[in-house]
Amino acid sequence: MAPDLRRSGFDFMGPSTQAMQRDDMQNPAMLWVQDGAALWQSKSGRSALACADCHGDASTSMRGVAARYPAFDAPSAGPLTLGQRINQCVSQRQQAPVLAAESRELLGLESHVALQSRGLPLAPAQDRRLDRFLQQGAALFAQRMGQLDLSCAQCHDQRAGQRLGGSVIPQGHATGYPIYRLEWQGMGSLQRRLRNCMTGVRAEPFAFGAPEWVALELYLARRAGGMVVETPAVRP
Amino acid sequence: MAARTLIQIPPLSRKGDVIEVRTMIAHPMETGYRPGADGKVLPRNLIRRFSCTYDDGASRELVFQAELFPAMAANPYLTFPLLVTGPGTLVLTWEGDNGFAQTETLLLRVA
Repeated sequence: MAPDLRRSGFDFMGPSTQAMQRDDMQNPAMLWVQDGAALWQSKSGRSALACADCHGDASTSMRGVAARYPAFDAPSAGPLTLGQRINQCVSQRQQAPVLAAESRELLGLESHVALQSRGLPLAPAQDRRLDRFLQQGAALFAQRMGQLDLSCAQCHDQRAGQRLGGSVIPQGHATGYPIYRLEWQGMGSLQRRLRNCMTGVRAEPFAFGAPEWVALELYLARRAGGMVVETPAVRP
Repeated sequence: MAARTLIQIPPLSRKGDVIEVRTMIAHPMETGYRPGADGKVLPRNLIRRFSCTYDDGASRELVFQAELFPAMAANPYLTFPLLVTGPGTLVLTWEGDNGFAQTETLLLRVA
């Protein structure tokens, strides 16, 4: 897809939902961001360290960081999502129990960190060691799956802008995660959103934290490279 | 643990101004009609009433109140205009099911 034809999901939303995202006071995701900012300062785990003790002020130290994820992690020789990276810090540096997937704490920290990159272009890590995973992600994106036998690409590349039921099909650029989704009445990660699509085509979603999700996120980040980070976005 | 809130008023206003008070509170606003993942109906858990009193030093007055119902979305966002009559305090109160009660107090600074 030519870069100039790419559109954020924001452009496919109604004006009232767009207004919610534009105004931090109307955006319920800011409640989670507030949680994350508090957690950033709170000491936790056996090492009794807060995020701020190592990373300082998030508004400077975390600026642009989320725009680079998923990034290569040397110890595991593979890509890590921002959420996994946070949990790596929690378990290894803070020596605290890892934060559960989709928990208020993890979504809070993730959105607080990603907010610091809002307005910056997505700049996914250009690391040759990620190529293998990137190819896996691209293959998964084009892979037909489920009882409906549909791939991500069939809707989000080939039929973007058309309708599925009453809703416009967006191009599927993950520029604003974690998002506040009106359908959920809450906050959720990109992985949760991808699970939704997989159950939508009646496929069995990969397990939580499975490497397939990370590969897909990696491919999506590369696909949306250069688009502007919107976190925390509101979606219908 | 107290629910999270977002409250916004102008940092400084003048006597006679009409300002906008904007509030949001984290709350599931569970209707009592929806089944959960296990098929059982989730018990109702709503904020039923919101009120704001304004103490401008001379008098203490109820300036805004609202009743909330199941049709309201989670994390209710309420906003209302307020005529500034002098410096003072705003006391915002949300009350609801299961004994939910939360009060936030903020200073209204007047130039």
